Order: sequence, then structure tokens, then C-alpha cells
Amino acid sequence: MQIIIIGNSATAVGAIESFREYDQSAEITVVSEEPHLIYSRPLLSHFLGKEIERSRLAYRPSDFYVKHSIRPILEDAVTAVEPEAHTIRTASGLSLHYDKLLICTGGTPIVPPLQGIDIPGIYTFTKLQDALSIERYIDDYPISRAVVVGGGMIGIKAANALMKRGIPLTMVELAPRILSAAMDEAGSAMLTQILAEHSVQVLTNNTVTSIHQSEGRFSGVTLRDGRELGAELLVFGIGVRPRVELAKAAGLVVNKGIVVDKFMRASAPDIYAAGDVAEAYDLVVDMNRTVAIWPNAYRQGAIAGAHMAGVDRADIGGIAMNAVEVCGVPAMSIGNGNVTGSEYEVLSEIDERSQNYKRLVLQNDRLVGALLIGNISRAGIYTGLIRHKLDVSSVRKNLLSEHFGLLSLPDQYRKHVVSGSSIEI
Amino acid sequence: MKKKRIVIHEEYCIGCRLCEVHCLVQHSKSRDIVKAFKEERSSTMARVMVEESGPVSFALQCRQCSESNCLEACISGAMHRDPETGAVVCDESKCVGCWMCIMVCPAGAIRQNLTGTHIASKCDLCYGSAMPACVLNCPNEALTYEEVEVRD
Repeated sequence: MQIIIIGNSATAVGAIESFREYDQSAEITVVSEEPHLIYSRPLLSHFLGKEIERSRLAYRPSDFYVKHSIRPILEDAVTAVEPEAHTIRTASGLSLHYDKLLICTGGTPIVPPLQGIDIPGIYTFTKLQDALSIERYIDDYPISRAVVVGGGMIGIKAANALMKRGIPLTMVELAPRILSAAMDEAGSAMLTQILAEHSVQVLTNNTVTSIHQSEGRFSGVTLRDGRELGAELLVFGIGVRPRVELAKAAGLVVNKGIVVDKFMRASAPDIYAAGDVAEAYDLVVDMNRTVAIWPNAYRQGAIAGAHMAGVDRADIGGIAMNAVEVCGVPAMSIGNGNVTGSEYEVLSEIDERSQNYKRLVLQNDRLVGALLIGNISRAGIYTGLIRHKLDVSSVRKNLLSEHFGLLSLPDQYRKHVVSGSSIEI
Repeated sequence: MKKKRIVIHEEYCIGCRLCEVHCLVQHSKSRDIVKAFKEERSSTMARVMVEESGPVSFALQCRQCSESNCLEACISGAMHRDPETGAVVCDESKCVGCWMCIMVCPAGAIRQNLTGTHIASKCDLCYGSAMPACVLNCPNEALTYEEVEVRD
């Protein structure tokens, strides 16, 4: 049997590790445009910020491909998927047969339609090559200020890295507040305050309307409110959109992402999609949607990998969530942590002085979301409650307790978590 | 497949926290109880925690899930399964302290180690020893080390 995986990040690894648990004989080929063996994209900000050496970007040991009998085809782009013929074609002219195909092409960074952005000094920030280019540019030219466009996860991570390098920063966000997809107003305000304390200029309700250049290099921007900023480096950290072009051309059903079922099967036989490119089931919003986060990417890859090997490992669905540190202060957003509305009950606690915030969102006596800034200890217990849709009405008053833990929860649930799934909740 | 795992018996726990003490010692450089507490307190921490509420208490450490959320969520590849014991172990030389594992652990059994470092801290079943220190030093068998069936 021939397995082909298009893409070489978390989803591919999840699929490979899971597939090989059940099947050691099938041939697995991984095709990737990039010249690198598997590396961790979320670590790029740590690398650019000089917190870690390049070697630590490796997400798996160097013998990963050999140990799992993988044939990597690097620096080659897949140009077509032919579902009927069960083949893929690549830019280098290869035509490869598959029995099962996994599309995990991830996302493409969003870049606004501005004139003259294809000049030195302007970068996106999702690939190793981006980080290397930014690093070289910083080494080659003095940077008196950098502009980060986008106040979401990628923008924050880019800002963290540039701050670690001592570069003064302006962050420009189109929405009225930063991290608007993850945080509510109070959470965003606290994180904005933290950035301000670290001399990051945060400009919201604003965007770049034109790019300035000098001697062929980036030299500044004009913003929507008319102000001009001089800067030598600009990083787009707006976000990513699912990279669905191949799937669309192959005639697969695609909405925002490639539509998949609970086994990560796309609409054509023997084709799977998983990770940032897939539109899979999210148990909090009770519908399929694209969520570009690492844990879902790995899990979905593992589910696809198992199913390609003939094993049902479908799970109950994903949860949108993320963890990020803003200038060293941890922040987490889990599920519907930032929603407002009369259908929700909100339990929250804020201490602006110590920069701690917790916001728990309940709906029909179930926890559906959590935001945490500062004290994040035992956060995963909330995630577990969301995942299990446990009725928490009897323990509502414990949820924000200083000593929140498993003893704050119904006995049966505690025993389930402590002793294993053999105990029914 | 059968593997040795720590089993928690909350009905026997007396809340003495000796498990925490000996876990800290086991994970200190000196492995000496006096030195660990006198000299290394700021650079080492216990990976087991006692939860206590009224008359109920129990000692909690990583449950070694077979489909581990932490392993899947780890962005650095630090979390890995030890091929021999099947335990989920954090390679502290790889961990960057992103706290994704803390966000997804349903037991809340992983903690931030901020004692001069910035990494995730969790039970490693006292790698290399026949009996984890918390089990060995529990005076009332509220923790036991038993062969249990785990998914291969």
C-alpha cells in the first residue's frame, strides 16, 4: 500500500506516528515544498528571539523518517491531485500513485493588498525561511523600529521575538482590540497594558494604507488615520487562510477549508485532509470549522493516520484554544472564552495590579469557554470540563476558587480523571 | 500490554505530603533531603501535588494517559513517550515553557517550573528507579505501583 502525505508539519507527524502503530509495512511518502525536515513552526518566534538555537526547532529526532520508514520528497511542490486516477503530480515532474492520500497543506499567511510590499524589509512570519530572512535582515541593517501588522497570535509571537532582540515596536491592529478572536475586552485591555509597559506602541482600529521605501528597502508606513511611521522592518502577522487550492482544483468539497468527516475523510474516496487546511468538527460551536492550532493539527493527523490504517479513532471533536506569553505573562483562551450574550453565564475575577484574570463562560450549566491571564495553573481541568460537557451546576461556586482542583468537582468526575476511563462520569 | 503505573487510593491518603517532600528530593541534584530543602529549594520542585478539601485528600501526579493530550499539544517535541516504560516524559532540554500541555491536561497534573528555569514540570515515574519516590515513601499505601493494562 502507498500512503502519500502532502505537508510536513504537526499533522503529518500525527498521521505517521498513529499510522505506524497499526501498520509497519505500507510505504509512506511525505511531499513538502520546504527544504527542511520536520520543524516546529510555533517555535520560530523563540528562535527569532534567540531563546533557542536552530537545532531545537527540530520537532522530532533526526532519525524520525528512518525509524518510521518514511520517504521524504523535499523542495518539491504538489501541482495536482487526481482523485480518479489516485495520483499526484509535482513541480519536478513526478507522478506518484497513492492508495490513501492525506492533504495537510496548512495555511497561507494573509497579506493585505498593498502596493510595493515585495521589497526587502517586509516579511510574513509562518515559515523557517521567514524567520531566517528576518534574522539576516536584522543582522544586515540597523532597525530603529519595526511595525507588526496584526495583533492576533502570530502578531504577538512576532512581537515577542522582536522585543527579545531589543527592537522598538509598533503593533497595528484593524480590530478595536488585540487578540480579539481569543480574548474579551477586559483580557485584551490587560494584555495591551502589559505590552505598553514593555514600550510596545499598540494602535487599534487602524491599518497600514501605504508602504514607503527608500533605496529599494522598506522605510515606513502611512496608517489609515493619516499618521506616518518611520520603520525599517515590517512583519505581517495577520493570520493564515487554509491552503485549499489543490483540493479545490481536484474537485473536493471545500468551504473555508476542506470539508471532512469525523475520520478526516474528504469528499473523494481515499483522500483525507487534516490540520489547518481542514474544516473539521468543533465540539464547542457544534459545527465544522477551520481552527489553525497545533493540538488540533496533531490530533486530526492521528485520527486520519489511524483510519488510513483501517482503525477507527474518531474522537468527539476539537476545541479552539491557544496559549501565548505576552512579555512573559501567560495567557490562554479555551473554547468560547470571549463570548458575550444573555445565553451565557460568566464567572470572572480580575486583579489588574497583579495582572491576573480569569473568565469562565457557562451555557446550560456546562462550561463552554475559559480565559486565563497570569495564573494558569490547572487550566487543563477547565479544558477537560469543556470537552466532557460536564454539568457543573452543583460546583459552580468552586470554579473560581483559589484552590481550584479536581476536589472542586463532582466525585464521579474526579474518579474518572484520576482512575481512568473505566469509571463512568 | 501491562505496564507499571501509580494507582491513587484517596481513601487511604492522610494528607501528610511526604510524597511531595520525597518527589522534590528525588528530582533534586543532591538527592539528599536536607540539601534539597536547604540549598536547592529555589531550583527544584515536586511533581506530585496533594489536593485537600475537608476530610478528603489525595496525591495526584501525571496519569500517563494512553492518548495524551499533552503529547499532542506540545509544540517543541519535548513531550514524548518513553519507549520502555510507556510513560509520558518531558525532555527538559527541549521544553520552552509555552504551557500548551498545562492547557490540555485534564488532571491539571503539569505545572510551570519557574525555579530559575521556564519549563513544564511533570511526573516521570522516577525514571530509572524500581519504585517512584512518592509511592515508596507513602506511609499508608495511598499510592501504589501496580501492573495495569495499558493500550499498546
